[in-house]
Amino acid sequence: MVHEWLACFAERVETGRGLLNELDRFIGDGDHGTNMVRGMSAVVALVPEPDQGISGYLRQVAMTLIRDVGGAAGPLYGTFFLRACGVLAILPEPSHAVWCAALQAGVEGVAERGRCMLGDKTLFDVLAPAVDAFAADFVDPWGAAARRADSSRLQTADMIASKGRAAFLGTRSLGVVDPGATSASWLMAAGAEVMPSS
Amino acid sequence: MAPDDVVRDSLAGVVHAGGGRVVFDKDHRVVLSATAGQRGRVGVVSGGGAGHEPLHAGFVGPGMLDAAAVGEIFTSPNPEQILAAISATDGGAGVVLIVKNYVGDVMNFEMAAELAATEGHEVSLVIIADDLAGRNFLAPDQRRGLGGTILVEKVAGAMARDGAGLEEVARAARHAAAVCVSHGMAVTGPSTGDNGPSFTTKDDEFELGVGIHGEPGTELCRIAQTNPVEKLLFPMVEALPAADAYLLITSGLGGTPLIEVSHFHAKAMDFLAKRNINVVRHLVGELITCLDADGVTCTLAGLDEHLLDAWDAAVDTAVLSW
Repeated sequence: MVHEWLACFAERVETGRGLLNELDRFIGDGDHGTNMVRGMSAVVALVPEPDQGISGYLRQVAMTLIRDVGGAAGPLYGTFFLRACGVLAILPEPSHAVWCAALQAGVEGVAERGRCMLGDKTLFDVLAPAVDAFAADFVDPWGAAARRADSSRLQTADMIASKGRAAFLGTRSLGVVDPGATSASWLMAAGAEVMPSS
Repeated sequence: MAPDDVVRDSLAGVVHAGGGRVVFDKDHRVVLSATAGQRGRVGVVSGGGAGHEPLHAGFVGPGMLDAAAVGEIFTSPNPEQILAAISATDGGAGVVLIVKNYVGDVMNFEMAAELAATEGHEVSLVIIADDLAGRNFLAPDQRRGLGGTILVEKVAGAMARDGAGLEEVARAARHAAAVCVSHGMAVTGPSTGDNGPSFTTKDDEFELGVGIHGEPGTELCRIAQTNPVEKLLFPMVEALPAADAYLLITSGLGGTPLIEVSHFHAKAMDFLAKRNINVVRHLVGELITCLDADGVTCTLAGLDEHLLDAWDAAVDTAVLSW
């Protein structure tokens, strides 16, 4: 199930590689798509070990992303899954509440690793509200997260970047959707596509 | 050839050219000094994305770096690579990690430092944030690392060779980082992939305050209205710490003929002489680049007696050798 989620995310990243690179060229160094495709191809190639459970698998995913995505996105996405797997180790068949706790831990990890806050124009601006929406919707949490992620992605266009290379553009970063926020919204969209509603 | 092979194979070229000074950990894409890991001597490790050649691998060798870990183009090396560099250079006295201040680099080096600590290595991080661009709206700890890196690596290498302890080497390196100011300009950004240059300018324009990753600068200037040398150097002089002697580094960004880089350096010297800035040491060439970007980046560093000694100490690397 989680494997399908990430496979679907990998497909979206592959299809949108050009867009991610283009957005990153406006406000960064133009390689976010290339880096995410490299990392997610390695994730898809992972062979889940028998009996490792969701948590063990996500740990492998995290280490792969940290190793193969590189840049800032590797440690950020890697930390997201690393922290989430720590919570998921508790239960083999996660409930809505367990998923909430896992995703929340992942989001907190991203904030800590990137020292970012809401409004900094990063992937945190998508992940944090998406996970809040996930927690508030008991019927279709993944759908709610994906919808909130998509609207939050668009809102990053109105933000002035204050983290990473984009910070140097000052107000010139206005009007451009953040590439990391965009890939993060696809992660949630992929969840909505393949993860079962509770 | 896959893109990742380009970086690895280019490093193989660097290692060949090193002629026995350096060895290659191919699996981790780490270039190591032949003298790395000497018992009791502090290790000096740096690294970063590829695309800035000869930084950092060209500065590996006795008297400077013990190892450079190299990531993809403009992408930080990962913690596994950095950890391999730490393990190979720790002779029991600890390792100084020299990191340019980019979000990805800092995250990956911090993760590597955490991992290294669990394996019993003592590690101290030195972060270089010497870029002047954006000083009006950025906190000091958000500024980028530029050419000051070369001074910091040289000073750390000299101190380590003299037998200084881990914290002493790190302190000297941080002091070197604190006396540097850098500033860059370009007329064309680098070309990555199939997309052409990351930015271009019209015939009479230049971008002031560019970094080394193809992002545009902080100000678009007209050559007709401003002299590029003065525009670049004036804010540097204003921000410069007081000193009796200075180092001036002028580096082309990779797509600029060296005759233009040398010309720029000469004009910079004229400008500085008029302001009684006493430049006593020089570096000119391609030192910290941005693939094929057309532009220059300058670094000024105020040198006290200790820094001058450390700069003058013997070094034997592909780029610096005296």
